[in-house]
Amino acid sequence: MIHFEDCIKYFHRGSVNEVRALNNINLHIKDGDFTTIIGSNGAGKSTLLNALAGTFWLDNGTITIGANEVTRWPEYKRASLIARVFQDPLLGTCPSATIEQNLALALKRGKRRGFGPGVKARDRMRFAEELEKVGLGLEDRMQDRVGLLSGGQRQALTMLMATMVRPDVLLLDEHIAALDPKTANQILTLTQEIITSQSLTALMITHNMRHAIMFGNRLIMLHQGGVILDVDGKEKENLSVEDLLQQFYRVQGEELANDSMLLV
Amino acid sequence: MTWYAALGALEQGLVYGIMVVGVYLTFRILDFPDLTVDGSLPLGAAISAVAITSGINPYLSLVFAAAGGFAAGAVTAILNTKFKILHLLASILTMIALYSINIRIMGGPNIALIGSATIFDPVIKLGVPSHLAGLLIFSGFAVAVMSVVIWFLKTEFGQAVLATGDNPQMIVSLGVNTHFIIIVGVGLSNALVSLSGALIAQNQGAADVGMGIGTIIAGLASVIVGETIFGSSSITRAIIAAILGSTVYRLAIALALGLQWGDFSFSPSDLNLITALLVIGALITPSIKKKVLAR
Repeated sequence: MIHFEDCIKYFHRGSVNEVRALNNINLHIKDGDFTTIIGSNGAGKSTLLNALAGTFWLDNGTITIGANEVTRWPEYKRASLIARVFQDPLLGTCPSATIEQNLALALKRGKRRGFGPGVKARDRMRFAEELEKVGLGLEDRMQDRVGLLSGGQRQALTMLMATMVRPDVLLLDEHIAALDPKTANQILTLTQEIITSQSLTALMITHNMRHAIMFGNRLIMLHQGGVILDVDGKEKENLSVEDLLQQFYRVQGEELANDSMLLV
Repeated sequence: MTWYAALGALEQGLVYGIMVVGVYLTFRILDFPDLTVDGSLPLGAAISAVAITSGINPYLSLVFAAAGGFAAGAVTAILNTKFKILHLLASILTMIALYSINIRIMGGPNIALIGSATIFDPVIKLGVPSHLAGLLIFSGFAVAVMSVVIWFLKTEFGQAVLATGDNPQMIVSLGVNTHFIIIVGVGLSNALVSLSGALIAQNQGAADVGMGIGTIIAGLASVIVGETIFGSSSITRAIIAAILGSTVYRLAIALALGLQWGDFSFSPSDLNLITALLVIGALITPSIKKKVLAR
């Protein structure tokens, strides 16, 4: 489904701050995989998702989604295959537009936008149904501007918008990290429901190891731009937080060892 | 203020109101401060004047003027999106280039239209007195422009334009090429400004290369006055407020110029000072209102 082949991305190339943010990534994601991604700060988690979404182009390697080689596709073109939910709830919705206008914008993801009315009467029914499923009472506020909603409500709306048209790939970049624990759990449940009911291929970054183990059928740990752990199926089910922490400390310990060797 | 002066101010408010809607599109909707308008207003006037004096139908000349304005706006937007030049700087570059281009188009700094055919002829032939013909035609154009822009912003494409100004990151992730939207949006804005310039030239009987100076300030003043007095809670309301703001602005200026205290009266060269005071007044009114109400 998704193939990363020899993917390399530098930041600040040629300067003293040069970082190899993606260090020769080779990764194959199967159709219907729900993959959780963990790793310390700067491990390359967001960079991996951004590379897939087309926020920037790779310095080396190719990315294929299904039958399409998208390596040189601009971000807006990849949106016909990929839907995203960002960490910041403000990024996923348009504050000055109403709830129904936002949903109507999402209904056209990856399609041509013409001169028909932005919000069509026949789509309102569907919007109301979808909003009702979320259970936040938003179906009665479809004419309200999104700027009036709370962060959690906006993130729930973003989840709906991302999956209004079934995406080939759903990218979740720490999409619950900016919410309070109760709302975060609601959004997480909603996420699980949507992914299961539409059997989506999804990649979810999280800082929460428990979530990383609990959700999805595959887990990837990144470190310094490379994949250092990749487990799925039974092996993932039997994984514990302690196992992951051990793995974390092992690579960080190596780092220390390397540094101390340099100092000697 | 005499009736005649009031009528003139109203007429000016409507015809410049078309320009103000253009400024609203860039300044408020696309969040793209665009100074191209100081050049595209005389560009429209120049194209229309040259077309008319070479025998082209005055109404058709408006289409050419709008097309010219679209191209000017598109150049600014391409410099910004494709070549990463800061929007303000890109628009200033287009604006100063247009100064030379406008003189080239006209073959000199101005063209007189006295005695030439204009868009007012058919209405005057119908028996409408000439001092009302302008008001009638400009009302027609203002209402037409308002309706088309409001319709456009409610289409699928128009909604993408609104979202591009509001949250570019989101609309890219929904598959919209924001560069294309900005090029079309800034182009449309300048097409309206050029149309306004063409109408003004035909009304005052001349196109002049200096007639665009201060367009952006007058446009911003009108937008802000309109929003402050008439509100901007919906797109429809905001667009209507832009045109009404323009008429209030022109009336306020006519009123100020007609004032007389003993020996003192304003001269036309005080216009910029009055505009600045008007904008400052409109900008600080909301915060003063809040303070007074809080007491």
